[in-house]
Order: sequence, then C-alpha cells, then structure tokens
Amino acid sequence: MSEQPVSQGGRAFEPMPEPAAIDVNRRTTFSLGGLALLVGTKKGVFFLTANASRKRFQLSGPAFLGHIVHHAVLDPRDRRTLLLAIRTGHLGPTVFRSTDFGGTWQEAAKPPAFSKPKDARRSTVVEQVFWLTPGHAAEAGVWYAGTSPEGLFRSEDGGDTWQGVAGWNDHPNWIVWTGDMTQRNPDGSPVHSILVDPRDARHMYFATGSAGVFESIDQGAHWNLLNTGMRSPAGPDPFPEYGYDPHCMTLHPLAPDLLYQQNHCGIYRMYRPEARWIRIGDNMPRDVGDIGFAIALHPRDPKTAWVFPMDGTDVWPRTCPAGRPAIYRTRDGGDSWMRLDRGFPEHAWYTVLRQSMAVDESATIGVYFGTTNGEIWGSIDEGDTWRCLAAHLPHVYSIEVAHFNR
Amino acid sequence: MQVGIPSVLQSYTSGASVVEANGNTVAALLMDLDARYPGIRFRMVNEADTLRPHVRVFVNRESISDLECAVSPDDEVMILQALSGG
Repeated sequence: MSEQPVSQGGRAFEPMPEPAAIDVNRRTTFSLGGLALLVGTKKGVFFLTANASRKRFQLSGPAFLGHIVHHAVLDPRDRRTLLLAIRTGHLGPTVFRSTDFGGTWQEAAKPPAFSKPKDARRSTVVEQVFWLTPGHAAEAGVWYAGTSPEGLFRSEDGGDTWQGVAGWNDHPNWIVWTGDMTQRNPDGSPVHSILVDPRDARHMYFATGSAGVFESIDQGAHWNLLNTGMRSPAGPDPFPEYGYDPHCMTLHPLAPDLLYQQNHCGIYRMYRPEARWIRIGDNMPRDVGDIGFAIALHPRDPKTAWVFPMDGTDVWPRTCPAGRPAIYRTRDGGDSWMRLDRGFPEHAWYTVLRQSMAVDESATIGVYFGTTNGEIWGSIDEGDTWRCLAAHLPHVYSIEVAHFNR
Repeated sequence: MQVGIPSVLQSYTSGASVVEANGNTVAALLMDLDARYPGIRFRMVNEADTLRPHVRVFVNRESISDLECAVSPDDEVMILQALSGG
C-alpha cells in the first residue's frame, strides 16, 4: 500500500483518500512499521499509520463500520493485542479483541455486565463500555474496563472474559456516589481514567463524573475518595466530599506520584503524598479559562503537559473559546501556559473529548488530537506547529498511540 | 423453529437472515440461539434479562415483551431491531 501525503493545516483541506470499508472479519491492511494512531469514532475505528519521520500518515479503515467505538487500545506488553470498546446503535455493549492487530477479531466471550442486583434500586445494566486500561506490566493479560453507568471490570485473559470489581460495583455507597439514575449525562456517566501505578499493581485510581477521584491500594477491594482541593462550581458547599467531575486524569509514568486532571471546572495537579489537588488552571489566561476534557503528559518530562481548552461561559458551548482553536502547553507543571495555534484554522467550532488527545514516545514528542467534526490533528514538534492528518471522519471519541517497534 | 434475524445481528449468523433454534419459551429460544451463535443474546438482552430498548421480538406477528412467552415449533419468530438517531 502506498503512502499518501497528509493534508496541511489551515482552512483548506486537501482531499483525503477515500477509506475502503472493510468487513469486521476481513484483514486490515496496514504495515506494522513505527507508530499508528487508533481512532475510535461514532461509526467505527480508523487507523493512521505513520512513516518513520511521521511526515506521512496513511489512513485505513473503518473497521466495524457503523459501530460506536469509544476506545481502541493496544496492549503495550505484547504490542499485538488490540481491544475495542464497542456498542452498536441500540444493541448491547461489548468488547472485541484481536491478537494479531486487526488481522482477525473475536468478541469477548463474557463482556462486562453487572451482576444480578439484590436491591431493586441498583437494578442497572451496562449501557456502554467506555474506557479500557491494560493492567500492570507484570500482569500479562490483565485489563480493566470502565463502563457507563459507573462500573469497573477486570479481565485476566486478555479481554475475553470480564468480571465486575466488587469492591466498587458492590460498594455500599455506590448508589450515593453515582447519583440518581434518572439524571444521567446524555452520553452516559462512566468510570474513566483507570490508572495503575507502574510501581505497584495493587495501587489504582479511577474517576467518575458524578463523584470524583477514587484510589485503591488493594487492587480494587476498597476505594477511597481523593478529592481534597477540588472546588465545586455549584451548590452550597464549594468543597463537598464528593460530587466533582474530573473529565480526564492521568499519572506520569516516570513520576507516578504526580497526577494531573482536566476537570469539568479546572485543571489540577496533585503530588500524591500531599493528597491535595492544586488548581494549576488558575494560571491560564482569564479570557480562555481552564475548562476542557482532555489532558496529555510528556512521557519523559513530568512538568510538561498539553490541554485543549473549551468554552465554559454562559451555556457552556464546550467548543474552542471564541471559536479560536488552540492547544496550551506547560513546561513547568502548570505554573505557566503557552498558547500554541500555528497551523490551526482561524476559527473552528469543534470539541475535543476526554479520550481524544494522545502523545507518542518519539525523541521529539508527537501530540495528536481528534475532534467531534472528524478531524485528526498532529504535531511532531511538541505542539509548536500543527497539521491536519485526516478529515471528514465521523465524530471522534478517542485517540491512542500504538508503538510497534519498541 | 425458524427465527428471523435482523441485519444488525447477522454478523453472528454468518449472514443468515433466518436460522434454526429451539425452546419452549422465547427466553429459552434466545438461550439456544446464543449457544449456536455465541454472543448474540447479550446484544439483545441485558444482564437484568430484559430486552434492550429498540429490540423487538414478534411471535406469529405479535410483539411480545414477556420473555417467558411460550412458543411451539410451528410458531414464526422474528427479531427486529428498530433504529433511531443519526
């Protein structure tokens, strides 16, 4: 397959090659060279494969055309196993897995599903599998899945069968922390940002949009809130015990005590031994604010992060503030931020969702994000300049970077 | 008995729009269907044993909501998947 040049940033997009629709059981046809972007969309999963210089990206897919793909993740432990969190229109949610990177697909024999409730108030069912996290490097085959409503599931066989994490799903406070089932978010209220401490498989975090951040030190048997320092924008108490909405949380792989989150209201950082969130978004320009969904960290520099601010004024459009798209980067842990918009159109009105920004591990970090109007943007100079890598795709839910040659 | 399969579920039946399955009730029929085509039931029936929204089962052209509805070998069973949204 020949490589196609990427389109350039700016108002005019170059026509993209027409993607060839493939049957879910047919082989995808891209090489396993350097790195690829796994793009989950409202209508299937796409793959953008980079050449060695990352100046050319080849689009392939969609696989699972017509299926809602919330998350596509490659197992970094074997760099072969690929899991998809899938839902099809009004059919039930499931997980598809491939052990040959898209060559063939198998549906999970036992997808994530809640156990039969003993209490009618808890009668709830998994509506979508939203988030996938590979387990600890020392636990081959272990994966975690976050669902909507807020369920946490674990697989020990590479995603084929899933069991509920009882310490969360059956927690006595689950109904309190997850709120009124009639007041769900339009796109669901998921468990997301499942993080495993690279030093200790028993030490985990996740977040929900109804309660906040949770931490476990016994591999999910018990969970405690970790919300101190966050500020609630509404309600009589600005610092309730729970009721926060972290949109995306991540920890630094080389400094696992350092957590960052892009909250519904604010950008925060926590040094875990201090157990207090610090609102580093206060250092963003006032006219831009610190509302957003996604945050990505430099894999080798714990003080460098990227965010894509959203408009949180009046009715909360959650599009680019003033319609002017820009990434903001910090090099000092959030004490200051730099606006980066070279290559972006003057105006755009899209949203970048929580799973839709990712970084690669190249010598000069590549940063990528996807938009709700189906564009994929990339920078291979850590955000200084941007190119549109693909356009005219469906609504983008997620982007993950997959490295094959490490 | 023969069971009509909607297009959205035909990836489980190798493209067949009508398949054979057995059972004395719709619930048993769906269990047998799942044994023959693993995974198909969970796409239609959630973990609370309730038909998912927009999935309909017709027995002899009548929509049924009770999965314990009795069926016999001569019945015509059809599964339909409604669509809405974009």
